[in-house]
Amino acid sequence: MHSVSDLRKGLKIELEGIPFEVTEFQFVKPGKGQAMYKCRIKNLLNGSTVDRTFRAVDKIDTPNLEERELHYSYPEGDHYVFMDPKNYEQVIIPAEALGDQKYFLVEDIEVSILFHNERAIQVNLPLFVEKKIAETEPGARGDTATNVMKPAKLDNGYEIGVPLFINQGDVVRIDTRTGKYFDRVSKG
Amino acid sequence: MLRGIRTFFHDHSFLEVETPVRLPAPALEEHIDAEPSGDHFLRTSPELHMKRLLTAGYDRIFQLGPCFRRGEQGRLHHPEYTMLEWYRADANYLDILGDTKRLIAFLADEVLGTTRIMHQGLAIELMPIWEWTTVAEAFTLHAGWDPTAGFDADRFDLDVVEKVEPGLPKHVPVILSDYPAEAAALARRKPDNPRVAERWELFIGGLELANAYSELTDAEEQRRRFEECARRRKTAGRPVYPMDEEFLAALQAGMPPCGGIALGVDRLVMLFADAASLEDVTAFLE
Repeated sequence: MHSVSDLRKGLKIELEGIPFEVTEFQFVKPGKGQAMYKCRIKNLLNGSTVDRTFRAVDKIDTPNLEERELHYSYPEGDHYVFMDPKNYEQVIIPAEALGDQKYFLVEDIEVSILFHNERAIQVNLPLFVEKKIAETEPGARGDTATNVMKPAKLDNGYEIGVPLFINQGDVVRIDTRTGKYFDRVSKG
Repeated sequence: MLRGIRTFFHDHSFLEVETPVRLPAPALEEHIDAEPSGDHFLRTSPELHMKRLLTAGYDRIFQLGPCFRRGEQGRLHHPEYTMLEWYRADANYLDILGDTKRLIAFLADEVLGTTRIMHQGLAIELMPIWEWTTVAEAFTLHAGWDPTAGFDADRFDLDVVEKVEPGLPKHVPVILSDYPAEAAALARRKPDNPRVAERWELFIGGLELANAYSELTDAEEQRRRFEECARRRKTAGRPVYPMDEEFLAALQAGMPPCGGIALGVDRLVMLFADAASLEDVTAFLE
């Protein structure tokens, strides 16, 4: 249980069973009235934000959150298997918790996963991952315009725009926040 | 700004006074906590001592100085801040409104050279129109209920912050007036409508700047209100300050009908300096 005076930016709280993070907060006290905290809070399940004002007497639950650093092992049907390097425990994460991030999993990368009541709600991959281009047409010769991209596919079917000089078999770095090509690591 | 304030009051025949900063008995208010100072407390307002001067026959007085409120810190709050208070005998909250308008116009001219100002992207005309709206009107319009018909303290405070204050006009100064009797604090009830108290607050550009009353002069009612505050503070587990018996005795002996006001000088500086936060106008922060 949190008390209202604990409120600050970044604090994680639980309201009606939903975990939220405080993203903005302001002390307010209308003339002769009680002290209150005007907050903007972000729903950690769906990312939406709402404004809530808390009074000093309000009680705020503490969410049961756990952040674990896990290593990715392999896919298994609709699930992805991770391993805890501390105790070798296998942790199974459903595909929907990963969203598009499932395309950027590379064996043995370290992934930080936030669990709420033991359910994975947020998956943070390293900023960049390296992936091999499985399929792309050769770039048209003589096209020197900058920023021209052509379609390419990873071996898991994810489609990505790459510069014209990238060939099948090249390894590229992908920015996992945007899902976009960042640079070339090596030629195939 | 400080020189302008003093010039204004001296020109209007007010006497500048100083009253104690350390008090054995700070004013009992439900939601204001005093900072202890040894076996005394730092003043949260000079109000009670200034009223004692009124009962002693000083009929126009003002004071400019620090006040302290424990635990108040934020964009618009600092535990130590500068308050301007003035009181007028044989006057009510409307007379104080006249003073306030003249003061703001004078300071704007003196400090900025204009009464058309910009504050955080808002163009504000400080003169000549000040919009007057009652709490009943503003709540009915913005929050859908009338707290002067049936009061709910929690809902009142929440709606002030979430609905009423954001809904007030910002291009001219606004007076929010005639508070429910339950939120009267040290104001007298309206003679023709005891459900409301003669209290107003001034908002400019969304900043709450001042709080004014037709002062309560009835010693018995004042004692009842202090006792009620003490009871609520005790229930809420907050420190209960001793009753200021000397102030109550002075009221009992007779205080002339009077109007008074407290104005947050730091916030007025924020307004004039187009500052977003007290931090931007305070040289030494806690």
